[in-house]
Amino acid sequence: MNIKKSGLILLLFSICFSELYAQTKKAPIHTGTANSVARGKIVYANVCLACHMADGGGVQNMNPPLIQTTYVLGDKTTLIKIVLNGFKEDVEINGQTYSNNMTPHSDLKDQQIADVLTYVRKSFGNKASSVTVAEVKKVRAANVTK
Amino acid sequence: MKMKKLFLLLLPVFAVVGLIVFNACKSADKSTEGAANAGLTLPDGFTAIAIADNLGSARHLVVTPEHDIYVHLAGAKNGKGILVLHEDGDKTTLKTSFASYGGTGIAIKNGYLYASNNTEVFRYKLNDKNDVINPDQPEKIVTGLISRRMHEPKAIALDNDGNIYVNIGAYSNVCSDFDPKHQGCPILDSAAGIWQFKADKLNQHYGDGIRYAGGLRNVVGLDWNQQDNQLFVMQHGRDALHDLYPNLYTVHQSAELPAECMFALKKGDNAGWPYVYYDWMQNKNLLGPEYGGDGQKPADPKFIEPVAAYPGHYAPDGLLFYTGNQFPEKYKNGAFIAFHGSWNRAPEPQAGYCVVFQPFKDGKPSGKWEVFADGFAGTAEQKASGRAVHRPCGLALGPDGSLYVTDDVKGTIYKITYKK
Repeated sequence: MNIKKSGLILLLFSICFSELYAQTKKAPIHTGTANSVARGKIVYANVCLACHMADGGGVQNMNPPLIQTTYVLGDKTTLIKIVLNGFKEDVEINGQTYSNNMTPHSDLKDQQIADVLTYVRKSFGNKASSVTVAEVKKVRAANVTK
Repeated sequence: MKMKKLFLLLLPVFAVVGLIVFNACKSADKSTEGAANAGLTLPDGFTAIAIADNLGSARHLVVTPEHDIYVHLAGAKNGKGILVLHEDGDKTTLKTSFASYGGTGIAIKNGYLYASNNTEVFRYKLNDKNDVINPDQPEKIVTGLISRRMHEPKAIALDNDGNIYVNIGAYSNVCSDFDPKHQGCPILDSAAGIWQFKADKLNQHYGDGIRYAGGLRNVVGLDWNQQDNQLFVMQHGRDALHDLYPNLYTVHQSAELPAECMFALKKGDNAGWPYVYYDWMQNKNLLGPEYGGDGQKPADPKFIEPVAAYPGHYAPDGLLFYTGNQFPEKYKNGAFIAFHGSWNRAPEPQAGYCVVFQPFKDGKPSGKWEVFADGFAGTAEQKASGRAVHRPCGLALGPDGSLYVTDDVKGTIYKITYKK
């Protein structure tokens, strides 16, 4: 019993230490896009994940997936507008309809929107170009008249 | 010497690792097709078999004394929204299919089959063998009900006095989109409640019915309790307490709250949506944050309290009072609840995806609920991520007292039986 216990403790220790070691080893130094993706991941976790899920797969009948869809991979202006204005239409993707309303997120800063969209366009198997702060700024300015 | 000591010390580590690997293999075995109890875990003495598979999005169902099963699909498949299966031993065969519409609600009462889509309720006359006589000519009982892209299914139940009860869900989470200044939710007159209509009168509109009970966000599971002649409903509670009010609710509180509630309804009752929610951890009906609540302030006592409460976002989609004679005595007149499983608990693991038993005594919940059937979701990871393989939805009682459960992901029907 005691030996087993100490073995278990040893196991836990070795896991902890290897984790610590791994963490100190690869202190992240992000630049450019990688930096934007890393920041975007945090925005995603705080704002988007509750509905679109950690894997970007969405929720059946309710919240659309963000994986390989034209909404995500296509026109960036349309995508930025969805974040700024929310979305209140039924979306059909691969024969499934998703109908939950998305609330507007115009309270996010241009940088946050650029980061989170860059993260989404480069995650969940997506491989699309980054969204820049300038692009968000432009769409937001043109969006005012709405 | 030192090496040997180290080896001895590490031996239990190997043992633990081995055990983990062994268990992983074991649980992998469990999820394979043809597993014992169709992959479900059940109390001792109960067994489950999958009597149908790949039906489509199987929602609510009824089973006749002749062992025919009427299943309502969420969306019509090949143009047919209601399947009729005949059960023979451990298998079913497709007998026929009809109804051009998908939907959730389906029930049999006094020689008629009742079924609903998202805006209407129909009925079909049955013959003495409980076959639908004119599948292409239903009578339209209710029409023109609101359906606005959210909480659309019109689940139904019937009483013993010729009335049908129809859920009309709120087309909103907490009405904020329609009541931005929080002065009073304007959609309660025609949604977010249970409406009562006559079961035998054609073409009824809102004006012909009664708003039997209001302030109910969305109800999918409901059943008439024969013991105390009363309607019981399961409410889907609101979402996003933390997302909308991060200063008042932690991520964990937002995952667990509000409670999914069971209400025993009387005519005129108001359950309080969107103004209140029930906190099952404090056992209190509380004022919602949109209307001045802070997670502590109590709700106005004019709103009814639930008779039982369950963890947040479990999504109760089926309710059935067990009036059969096959299961052990403790199940008699108690309630089975099919929890469809959550999506709004992230970043915490998703949960639910099970059939719960709620003990009853003298027509009221008595004692703690327990998980009756589990394992629908698949592996722990599939469950936690919300990518469940099966999700329980509808419940029905068979002529021999067996319990039937639908799954609306794969379209499986489980039959659960008990042997001493």
